[in-house]
Amino acid sequence: MIARTLDDALAPISDGCVLAVPREGSGVAMAATRTLIRRGIKRLTLIALPTSSLQADLLIGAGCVETLETSAVSLGEFGAAPRFTAAILNGSIRMKDATCPALHAAFQASEKGVPFMPLRGLIGTDVLKNRPDWKVMDNPFGNDDPIVLLPAIKPDIALFHAPMADREGNVWIGRQRELITMAHASERTIVTVEKLHDGNLLEDKTLAAGTLPGFYVETVAVVENGCWPLPLPEYYAWDVEHLKEYVKLAATDDGFAKYLDQYVYERRAA
Amino acid sequence: MNAAQPDFRDEELLAAVVADLIGDVRHVAVGNASPIPAAASLLARARGNGRPYVSLLGSQKHTFWTDGGRELFDCAGQGRIDVFFLSGGEIDGQGNINLVSIGDPEKPTARFPGSFGSSYLYFVVPKVILFRTEHSKRTLVPKVSYISAPGGSDDNIHRTGGPIALITNRCLFSFDPDARRFQLESVHPGHTLAEVIVNTGFEFDRPLDVPVTAAPSAETLRLLRQVVAPELAEVYPQFAARVFGFKAAS
Repeated sequence: MIARTLDDALAPISDGCVLAVPREGSGVAMAATRTLIRRGIKRLTLIALPTSSLQADLLIGAGCVETLETSAVSLGEFGAAPRFTAAILNGSIRMKDATCPALHAAFQASEKGVPFMPLRGLIGTDVLKNRPDWKVMDNPFGNDDPIVLLPAIKPDIALFHAPMADREGNVWIGRQRELITMAHASERTIVTVEKLHDGNLLEDKTLAAGTLPGFYVETVAVVENGCWPLPLPEYYAWDVEHLKEYVKLAATDDGFAKYLDQYVYERRAA
Repeated sequence: MNAAQPDFRDEELLAAVVADLIGDVRHVAVGNASPIPAAASLLARARGNGRPYVSLLGSQKHTFWTDGGRELFDCAGQGRIDVFFLSGGEIDGQGNINLVSIGDPEKPTARFPGSFGSSYLYFVVPKVILFRTEHSKRTLVPKVSYISAPGGSDDNIHRTGGPIALITNRCLFSFDPDARRFQLESVHPGHTLAEVIVNTGFEFDRPLDVPVTAAPSAETLRLLRQVVAPELAEVYPQFAARVFGFKAAS
């Protein structure tokens, strides 16, 4: 359950995989992402719950993504995500635009083992118009009350980073409970953590409620600073200088290739 | 900085106007990349002695949620969020907003980050305040090329929310949900009606005499600078430093 190396932990993520990842406020497995790019992973269907930033931009720029489903890709204060924008404009990825609560709801459907979840809003938007897989039906309990139905999203693998895990594979996620939904909804879950916790997380009354049981977890790998250069909330912040450098380099194809050479293909010490 | 009114910054004026629009409510939520709405919400809370609850996305301190990202949307769906803020790459005269792309969505000529939660929150938050600091014909258009969220809906669509106002760097519009049209409420100090007309791509209503947006009071400026700025710095350190000169203690 605790993998010897990050490469071992990521072995189940194969070409063509449907991979679920979280927003940066929840713990993005960036060290794992660089490892996947080095391995040359291809044709991913990437589902970011509910948005993404550098992780999607890197995977797209490195040619790993065939289809992206999410509600937004942006580098926040650092601006637009350059490789995502370029890929959309030149048509090199298939984009399934969503809205945040639709993704949360579709993961919840999968978590409950039901085929769909209804959601308010959406009617009259071009988001709905461009999603032939989403249906509108009349509320069977109402009277002339159309409502949108979203099919369950069942990813092959969920991948994220968390503060700690124990040797039973229980993972402490704290308040970031969409990680629990994501793990419940996915076939398998792979987690990287800052450190191993001595003892059993589920036996600690104050930690148990914020713990994803090892029952749902395929593999854990210990990777210190695993979100870098993104933040792990309450542990470390964005690497501002690095993000600024990324934005500058990723503005062009050549600059992005240089970024990959420097920070992804060459294994970085930190 | 406004040459005619050296006593306050543009951002302070906008935050004060937005705080008045928020009014007396229980819960204001602020999305990503929204420093001025965040300042306005914290100002409303400072004036209300702790009311409303303010939920700032991206803040550990100023959110009470413990059920993950979905709790914001679940709260909104139940009517537990009274005010939210949205922007748009494009906003049109019917209150439609576009956060996705320009041109054919299959082959766009420009791409924005994406709709975020707008395609849902616009329907279920009673007071949505639209916010766009770039007031130009590029951003305020006759018709958006992609509807992330519509300004209005047919009568049979569940809709407990929608836009109430649009604030820009030049002026404040209110929104009439029945007519689905904006009305010019006031023009900010240092700007003119002619300038607003020339830079707005959609038609709007206006009174014969358009007032000047009221300048923030000394008490409002004191609260913004002394109470709000340090709170804001947790999520928007660069904004707090630039606008309020606030530097976090190291």
